Amino acid sequence: MASPSSLPLAAPPDVDAGIARRRVLDLVFQAVALLVLLAVLAALAALVYSILHDGLGRLSWAFLTSYTSRRASQSGVFPALAGSVFIIMLTAAIALPVGVAAAIYLEEYGTRSRIARLIELNIANLAAVPSIIYGLLGLGLFVRVLGFGGSILAGASTLALLVLPVVILSTREALRTVPMSLREGSYALGATKWQTIWYQVLPVALPGILTGLILALSRAIGETAPLITIGALTYVPFLPDSVWSPFTVLPIQIFNWVSRPQVEFAQNAAAAIIVLLVLLLTMNATAIWLRDRFQKRRSS
Amino acid sequence: MSAGSPLVPSLAARTRGGGAAVADRPVKIDVEHLNFYYGQKRALEDISIKLRANVVSAFIGPSGCGKSTFLRTLNRMNDIIAGTRVDGTVLIDNVNIYDPKIDVVGLRRRVGMVFQKSNPFPKTIFENVAYGLRINGMATSKAEVHERVEASLRAAALWEEVKDRLHDSALALSGGQQQRLCIARALAVKPKVLLMDEPASALDPIATQHIEELIYDLKKDYTIVIVTHNMQQAARVSDYTAFFWLGRLVEYDRTEKIFTAPAEKLTEDYVTGRFG
Repeated sequence: MASPSSLPLAAPPDVDAGIARRRVLDLVFQAVALLVLLAVLAALAALVYSILHDGLGRLSWAFLTSYTSRRASQSGVFPALAGSVFIIMLTAAIALPVGVAAAIYLEEYGTRSRIARLIELNIANLAAVPSIIYGLLGLGLFVRVLGFGGSILAGASTLALLVLPVVILSTREALRTVPMSLREGSYALGATKWQTIWYQVLPVALPGILTGLILALSRAIGETAPLITIGALTYVPFLPDSVWSPFTVLPIQIFNWVSRPQVEFAQNAAAAIIVLLVLLLTMNATAIWLRDRFQKRRSS
Repeated sequence: MSAGSPLVPSLAARTRGGGAAVADRPVKIDVEHLNFYYGQKRALEDISIKLRANVVSAFIGPSGCGKSTFLRTLNRMNDIIAGTRVDGTVLIDNVNIYDPKIDVVGLRRRVGMVFQKSNPFPKTIFENVAYGLRINGMATSKAEVHERVEASLRAAALWEEVKDRLHDSALALSGGQQQRLCIARALAVKPKVLLMDEPASALDPIATQHIEELIYDLKKDYTIVIVTHNMQQAARVSDYTAFFWLGRLVEYDRTEKIFTAPAEKLTEDYVTGRFG
């Protein structure tokens, strides 16, 4: 770079050159990052577009309320949708009390011992275990040893195990955000530890706990492998009527339809994916709504 | 100047006139050779002090001198901080509160505390005061709870301001009102001793004046120990003052004496503003 500058304070030319090179690198990096982002978004958009294009036409009230049929045009997702909703509610009912209790113990009662740290580390590891492993555990424990069979209860128990590490971790985070001053205020009035946790800490932490739970359940609702492992059905001509009922869920129904050669069933699969997506987005929206309400309450 | 009855606070007592009566009060809290440790670090060194019933005792000293830590040893609030340790004895009504047989929950009900930063529960005004009654099983009927809540809010000079909005959130109150609510909450469970950790440090002068008048009125029923950064405040509200420095109790005497004729050079330097 030539230096036409006559200013006495102008930097030597080699320093200017260095700045220019760094500026260029800066721009290049920015461009690459943007490109990667656009590529990812484009892939997602293409996916959503193709599903909407294939499935939107099949989506109707009849599709939501019909049982599966040999004829694609008369098939619906009713039993799978009911199974998914039923199983996710039961999963929440199992995972919430167990996960919250475990988190309360670890966060409020547990001491900072070596064993406590080992348990913490392992919970974090469990959150990363592939879901099929939980399926095998569910098959061995719930289906065989406890004799639940391929029932909704076995499926929900297995999914509860699957989401438990995430629920415990997010509950601990929520408990940690409750200010110490609140606990001290309660203790200073002669409250026991349990009274303090139950009346003061949990109500404040609840939206955070529920947010974590819902996000964990969003993962569970898309699970197929562990439920197939424990023996969920692929053809269910009835609604589940108790926790002992055999069942199917949306991802399994989708998997089943996708593997058929006929184009009509592929359209059914796309429509079912839309149903699953809407269910998922609704759950995530609820989580965001809860979190916002939580932040508003704390800032007021 | 007449000493005045301790139950009828008068202007005479408000000045330093009631000295003889104050010095005659029985010892409520008797601390002997108390040491306190955060891990390896000794934060309080060999504190011995006798605090009298129905008087206001103020702890003063520069930041980090241990006055708040000492206050928190009097209701064992430091127990909830991991890695702390206490030795020595703290007798309240002749019972050692560090005796292993002592139930810390019962102790804290009898020794109430108000914190530096007001910490109302994120509930209604009414529920803030009723909470202590409920958890301690101190009021059985709804009418009784209501009566005690009203009495406590009146005692904390807050009733007139909040009686029409008892079921609004406590977080909507002003800072000074929140602090008085915390005092009302502490009074509701009828403690014998009230510990106050810089209760007015975050408040404006008007709210501070409210709190100080309240402290003055409360001492006929309670033994009050207040930590303060503000020496004028200590001089205004307290009967006795203890000066802490680097974890040690340097001097403890009648407030008047501490501020006019301290025995220690260190105390004099501090109260005259030469350091701290």
